[in-house]
Amino acid sequence: MQLWLIPLLPLAGFALNGLFGRRLSKAAINAIAVGSVLLSFLWVLKTLNTLGAFNGSLTAYNEHYYTWIQSGALNIGVDFAIDRLTAVWLMIVTGVGLLIHIYAVGYMAHEGGYYRFFAYLNLFMFFMLVLVLGANYLLLFVGWEGVGLCSYLLIGFYFLEKFATDAGNKAFIVNRIGDFGFSLAVFLIWTHFGSLDFGTVFGKVQGMPVEPNVGWITAISLLLLVGATGKSAQLPLYVWLPDAMAGPTPVSALIHAATMVTAGIYMIARSAPIFLHSASALDIVAIVGIATAFFAATIGLAQTDIKKVFAYSTVSQLGYMFVGLGTGAFSASVFHVMTHAFFKALLFLGAGSVIHALSGEQDLRRMGGLAKKIPITCVTLFCAGVAIAGVPPFSGFFSKDAILAAAYEHAPWMYWLGVFTAGMTAFYVFRALFLCFFGEYRGDPHLHPHESPPSMWIPLAILAALSLGGGYINIPKFLTPMFGEPHEGEPWLMYVSVAMGLGGILIAYLFYVVAPAIPEGLAKAFSGPYRWIYNKFYVDEFYDATVVEPVIDGSRELLWRIADVRMIDGVVNGAGTTASAMGNLLRRAQSGYIRDYAGWVVGGAILVIAYLGLKGGL
Amino acid sequence: MPFPPFQMIAGVPLTWYLTLSVVLFALGVAGFLFRRNIITVFMSIELMLNAVNLSFIAFSYKLKQNDGHIFSFFVMVVAAAEAAVGLAIILTVFKNRQTLEIDEVSSLKD
Amino acid sequence: MDAVLFLIFAAIAVVCAVNLVVQTHPIASALSLIGVMGSLAGIYLQLGGEFIAAAQLVVYAGAIMVLFVFVIMLLNEGKERKAKRRLWVTFAGLPLLLVFVALIHNLILHVLPPSDSVQFGAFTGGTAGAIGMKLFTAYLLPFEVTSVLILIAIVGAIVLARKEVD
Repeated sequence: MQLWLIPLLPLAGFALNGLFGRRLSKAAINAIAVGSVLLSFLWVLKTLNTLGAFNGSLTAYNEHYYTWIQSGALNIGVDFAIDRLTAVWLMIVTGVGLLIHIYAVGYMAHEGGYYRFFAYLNLFMFFMLVLVLGANYLLLFVGWEGVGLCSYLLIGFYFLEKFATDAGNKAFIVNRIGDFGFSLAVFLIWTHFGSLDFGTVFGKVQGMPVEPNVGWITAISLLLLVGATGKSAQLPLYVWLPDAMAGPTPVSALIHAATMVTAGIYMIARSAPIFLHSASALDIVAIVGIATAFFAATIGLAQTDIKKVFAYSTVSQLGYMFVGLGTGAFSASVFHVMTHAFFKALLFLGAGSVIHALSGEQDLRRMGGLAKKIPITCVTLFCAGVAIAGVPPFSGFFSKDAILAAAYEHAPWMYWLGVFTAGMTAFYVFRALFLCFFGEYRGDPHLHPHESPPSMWIPLAILAALSLGGGYINIPKFLTPMFGEPHEGEPWLMYVSVAMGLGGILIAYLFYVVAPAIPEGLAKAFSGPYRWIYNKFYVDEFYDATVVEPVIDGSRELLWRIADVRMIDGVVNGAGTTASAMGNLLRRAQSGYIRDYAGWVVGGAILVIAYLGLKGGL
Repeated sequence: MPFPPFQMIAGVPLTWYLTLSVVLFALGVAGFLFRRNIITVFMSIELMLNAVNLSFIAFSYKLKQNDGHIFSFFVMVVAAAEAAVGLAIILTVFKNRQTLEIDEVSSLKD
Repeated sequence: MDAVLFLIFAAIAVVCAVNLVVQTHPIASALSLIGVMGSLAGIYLQLGGEFIAAAQLVVYAGAIMVLFVFVIMLLNEGKERKAKRRLWVTFAGLPLLLVFVALIHNLILHVLPPSDSVQFGAFTGGTAGAIGMKLFTAYLLPFEVTSVLILIAIVGAIVLARKEVD
């Protein structure tokens, strides 16, 4: 079936663009970059078709390429596997990825470093595909690390700006913390199961009883959760995602909305057998998810940068997905991954279209009244808005509802919190849209907003169609053989969440279109809480003071000054100085006078004779 | 050490010869260490070689073989060759430095 | 009688050796050395080394010392001047040498039985004929090699001591 073609086509694109891109024309770079992803997408379609995915009869398929590590009892091969879970991700990654690549052709047309951008983007596709195709934890980890690397490269794409490189560093370092947890989990899996292969591990764990207290299955699950927290931006490791908006908008759409951040979800869904055999791990997953969802939504209420609003929205929606995982509704979570990929990518790409129209303006307070000037963008963004608000019969409604139903079954308080968060989501997304498109234009009068070129609005249109109609791709049914029948909640749960969504839209309309004085008044009245929300609860400052500064200071004072300069350099330099001093001492014997030398000879001869004589028993 | 006139035996104890050899050798070393004229130093070296010759002959007597004599002969030959070359060198040194003091030949000093 | 002879020759040798070390003018030292060699030749005779005694007088005293005297007179430096600096050997040298002598003397007494005595005429292997026999049979190779050595020495001496050819 040649599964290896799927990741290797983008890798070839990376190699060609990376090595020769400097000399290629823009058209050639586009052809290579977009073409490789297109071919990969087509190959995915062909493969899934052959395996029977589109008529609902897909069973797992494995391909073994070669043995990568053979060391004692450790045997890790390069295996790619497709099952239903992987199939969903393959479609999302290659499909949405293709649309974003096409969009990026138009968006990046005037930027420097053109070939570098596409090379990195292709490299990212390669690693993401390795991540989802890998049939053992080590390959997954290779992809995991690789997407982190590409995220760093792409966030810091405008590397001449310090805030961009800082953001790239932050993303990578915070991800590293998660990766550390992930590595520990992999070590524990190896220790306890003797293999890293998915089939072997899950087969073994199925035969074990559910662990009631905190044992090593729970430990593995929690460490995997730490890894997912870093990659999928949950509490407390979400801080890198808002800063990651420093990268170009297609990057935000692809990596930080649709694909990389969902890697954590994928990993937990894949490791479902392990999580299911621990009594408490899934609870913790759900709690982390709902807390993140609520917390991020509150911050999103007051942000003024359009991309930051959507970034916090991503964090919040990822929280929802974690809730879905934690309550056992794995297929609902995966469903939400797909619909979220559609509407969140659309939101980001649309925001990019707005920014492009305004030649770089990102502050909502300087937008307004753009509806007539960039109509296509406006319409498509509103499609995304209703999708994310959970308005039926659009895609977000189906997926979010499935999760909320499962949440209610698990713990009703989670449902209520989730519903309230849904309301907030609808509110702040529409706040952003109203501030942007309605009302008076508050920006620079010299700008002339114009609609984006077709390479940009065609993907927007396609994603809008998917956001509206994507709910009918019945993922939960597709995943039934893996995760069981989807939950059917009671109808009133649905009504409440829809009502909350519509209510949020209404309040946003009231605040920002009808009576703009109200939010200003509220901000003044509750200035304390408002300031806290506006400043993201000072979380970054808190981390800076408690973690970053101590590490830097400790590193400089303790490790550098004392350990490196004094101890290590002292020893090494000291060895040199000692040798030099001894040499100086011994040099005095070389006086240059022959008689001195003669004296030494005689002295030495006497010593030797004395020694021999005494040895001989004088 | 048996001393005449306490013990008048016919013959000289061999140890006397060897002691004489040692004394001569030590005197040669002394000359080598304490004199500053290069030629005198050279002559002290010759004195040392003579002392060693004496000990060879003495031991050759003890062992009743004449190999020691042959060694001695060769020592003499080598001493002759060495004296010739060494004096030529001394002449060259004198030509270059106009002095025969051994302490002046100290270019190897730092 | 042997002892008396030995003592006379030994005394001459030691006195001349001391003179060699003590004299300031090199010519005096050279003449003292000739005295040492002469007395040593006498001692060799007592030990039965007729050939060696003759060789000592002819080669050593007669050729090598003459060469020394030639060079001393050629260079004509005169008396040795007082030392400008005292090196450490001047202080440590004398005690060291005394220690050395005592050590070796002790060693000799330790190793050799006291009854070993030398009588004139007891050893007859030192004649020219005996030496010659040994020299041309067992020690032929060293003999030939030393002839080459002498040749090299001659060439070297000539090269070193000649005038520069411009």
